[in-house]
Amino acid sequence: MNITSAQYRKDIVSNNIVSIQATIDGTEMSVPLDPDNRHYAEILKQVKEGTLTIKDAD
Amino acid sequence: MSKAAELANLIGNINAGGGGVNRNVIINGAMKVAQRGTSSTGIGASGGFFTCDRWAIDVSGTDGRLTATQDSSAPSGFANSLKFDCTTADTSIASGEFLTIQHRIEGQNVQSFAKGTSDAKPFAVSFYVKGNASATYVAELYDNDNTRQISKTFNVTTDWTRVELTYPADTTGAFDDDNALSLYLIIWLHAGSTYTSGTLNSSSWASVTSANRAAGISSFFDSTDRTFFITGVQLEVGQNPTEFEHINNFGEELARCQRYYQVFTESGDTTFGNAVAYSGNVGYDGTQQIFPVEMRASPTRSTSGAWSVSDGLGNQFSITAYYGNNTKWGYQLGFGVSSGLTTGRFYNIRALSGSGSQLIFDSEL
Repeated sequence: MNITSAQYRKDIVSNNIVSIQATIDGTEMSVPLDPDNRHYAEILKQVKEGTLTIKDAD
Repeated sequence: MSKAAELANLIGNINAGGGGVNRNVIINGAMKVAQRGTSSTGIGASGGFFTCDRWAIDVSGTDGRLTATQDSSAPSGFANSLKFDCTTADTSIASGEFLTIQHRIEGQNVQSFAKGTSDAKPFAVSFYVKGNASATYVAELYDNDNTRQISKTFNVTTDWTRVELTYPADTTGAFDDDNALSLYLIIWLHAGSTYTSGTLNSSSWASVTSANRAAGISSFFDSTDRTFFITGVQLEVGQNPTEFEHINNFGEELARCQRYYQVFTESGDTTFGNAVAYSGNVGYDGTQQIFPVEMRASPTRSTSGAWSVSDGLGNQFSITAYYGNNTKWGYQLGFGVSSGLTTGRFYNIRALSGSGSQLIFDSEL
């Protein structure tokens, strides 16, 4: 899984962080913060390995 | 298989704790459902899900490329198969290379095998295969919870051949009873020495030794003449594979697949929600759109094609960003435009006709 960017996204209403906007294998995706989600699990793995950084939400 | 042999196998499996209806833990084993499309070219640089639902391709390190197709060639009683067609050969196989087809199964769907207990049941695997020439490949069962595996070879010819494989029970290592990945069925089509240099572990489950996973296989990428077809895949409790259990109702099979992947495609100008503008360039749909099938976990959302919002007063704005929250039950869409929204006004979120726009939710394992 090739993840080239990742940034937290806030809920427009609550202002809580609810997802990560990421480019995965060339496609823009909205990844929920659910450890059972394979994309989120891979993001966490790459962050832990030091190969990916998640930008703060705007 | 004769009816007498079929009956004997079924009785044998019932005695072993299997048999009956819903005995096949494979989803879309007949390759009926292909929500992602019926053909995908140039596969080989990275893995993923292409064409037939629930069937992943995992690949690493190879220069070989293939086209995957939901094909109409199939044995009697089937309408579809998954076809691989080698389009770029790779005859210089580095040690870590591999190409596999994978079916990934939730732990809560394989509890009937009683793996890791004194009552553990055997695994019966069957499928139909065909190729352009004779070849030998491997079908592996891989326990993701306990890092254990067992592999068996099978042969492909130029005619459709039914393959029947029986794997022994494993009293070591239980499958977790949850929605996470517990069991892989892996078809090895190409592998380097990392996976082939040992002795195939074929007689009993064991802790994983990479070199013993795919020893003895041919290489799918040895020639651009290579093809590989597979359908009618079944995995059931028992000591004998039984006749493939058809899911004749397409809607039922589709629903099984939608637990893992759902795609909504525009059909004419299609409205996917009604949103209120929070500012001049951001809006949000306050109503959750409910999925037709509860998904395995909160899905990843992606979109394709052209989308816009319109207010019914002739004002239309192209969407430039997407927001929102997905759960396993449904989704809420938020959107961004460059400017021009009226705060407090409602807007339709629309996929534009003819753009091939899709809204995609992925909860695959």
